[in-house]
Amino acid sequence: MIEVEGLTKYYGRHLAIQDITFNARRGEILGFLGPNAAGKTTTMRILTGYMPPTEGTARIAGYDVVDQSLDVRRRIGYLPETVPLYPEMSVRDYLQFMGSLRRVPMLEDRIDEIVEEVHLEDRYESFIGNLSKGLKQRVGLAQALLHKPEVLILDEPTIGLDPAQIIEVRHLIQSLGKDRTILLSTHILSEAQQVCDRVIIINHGQLVAEDSPANLQAQISGVDLLIVRASAKNESLSELIRSLPGVLEVVLGEEEGEVQVRSKPGEDIRPKVAEKIVKAGIDLLELRPAGLSLEEIFLQLTREDPGLEQAE
Amino acid sequence: MRNVITIGWRELRHYFVSPVAYAVATAIFLILGIIFFLNIDVGMRGGQIPPDGRIVINPLITILLFATPAITMRLLADENRMGTIELVLTSPVRDWELIVGKWLGSFAFMFLLIAVTWIYPIIINQMTDPGIDQGVLVSAYLGLLAMVSSLIAIGVFISSLFTSSVAAFFTTLAVMLGLWIVGGFGSGVGTGSEIARSLSFVDQYYDNLFIGILDIADLLYYLSLTALALFLGTRVIEARRWR
Repeated sequence: MIEVEGLTKYYGRHLAIQDITFNARRGEILGFLGPNAAGKTTTMRILTGYMPPTEGTARIAGYDVVDQSLDVRRRIGYLPETVPLYPEMSVRDYLQFMGSLRRVPMLEDRIDEIVEEVHLEDRYESFIGNLSKGLKQRVGLAQALLHKPEVLILDEPTIGLDPAQIIEVRHLIQSLGKDRTILLSTHILSEAQQVCDRVIIINHGQLVAEDSPANLQAQISGVDLLIVRASAKNESLSELIRSLPGVLEVVLGEEEGEVQVRSKPGEDIRPKVAEKIVKAGIDLLELRPAGLSLEEIFLQLTREDPGLEQAE
Repeated sequence: MRNVITIGWRELRHYFVSPVAYAVATAIFLILGIIFFLNIDVGMRGGQIPPDGRIVINPLITILLFATPAITMRLLADENRMGTIELVLTSPVRDWELIVGKWLGSFAFMFLLIAVTWIYPIIINQMTDPGIDQGVLVSAYLGLLAMVSSLIAIGVFISSLFTSSVAAFFTTLAVMLGLWIVGGFGSGVGTGSEIARSLSFVDQYYDNLFIGILDIADLLYYLSLTALALFLGTRVIEARRWR
């Protein structure tokens, strides 16, 4: 549905994205991850036909974004990061305006339908300027979905929402993703983990990884990480576990009685660890695997960024 | 074409919820009303009211030179500032359709304002005998609409360059006043004077229409100026692609 090849964009002499290549199938939710200013919005703007790439090609549903821009724009729904709406218009007027630009058939019925889908029924007549951030986001989503697009491009759709709204929007995205292709940019990694079938990570305008969230995790962590907490001193606990077969490294945790155990991948050492601790007469308080979260993977991949390292 | 009408209709409706548009309309009608009253008052005392709609149109031109920038300033500057232009241009809308739609909405609003001022010639017609020369009046109003069409097109073009509507307002005002008074340099005989005269927005092209000489060339001037400004506006919108 989305085919991107060798996409490069210069703003004047500033290189925004470089040689980006990826694909997305129908019915796939593709997460587009990267720190701020990595080139996510630039890529999305190219895909939506807002501006052309300096080099490379992008096709949506088989149409070239530059040469067949109008055909592309008929088939995409787009929600920019800032959710630009006209504050002086009512929700109804705005959806009528966008729907008529997009030639939505049976517009009135469709608006009723979409307003219900994003739960805006009771704010139908409100001026957009008076709506909260979360409600505006829903108007933006309604606008993007109005013409039943085959491809949905969402730039940071959950930014600035409260936790309940975030969950709601994520559910909405998941249900929408069943029969269309969604490209979703975010820098909230747990979001990508929850919602996306596949993730691409971009940093400094370049693609650094592309895989499913689970594979990425396995690929990068390489070893299994276990967190153990018990009623004993760090050192003695570490001493105890280190002698076990399969253990590669034991790192003292921040809290008293906590250690991180790295073991050979594929080998579950949990029963042995538990047995050893209990036999030593120590109370085992916690034993859990701590596979690298997408967050850590992300930081590993984008490590050379000095700003990020500091933040860590 | 349907997109042009959709966008134009949105703009027209916007004027009816916009305080700026009401302020501009109030100013136009207030000033025009006062001038009209004074003219009639003086005329009655002198025992003679001039049987001529132009006592209305003359001040109206001056007011419109100031009012049009206020009407056009936010058309694209606001879209640029709020980023709404991104959603319009990622809908299946061509760049020129956006520009022409904006122009159409503004023109429709100004057309309504100008149509209301027709009431003054009707009053004069009632008060004078044998009344107003309707031919002159129609020619003058036709010319006025053509002029306003080009003023708005210039306003749309300039608005497309800015993200601040205040900046757009003052730039548009400067251009319009410049085109208005540049004729003052055209009193000589040299090439410079000739250029100044041809640039002169009101004197050179409107005066004939104003006295009832419906010269197609003058109308064409305003229409081609409209087309040129809208073309330039479209190029500005397109220019985002090359930045």
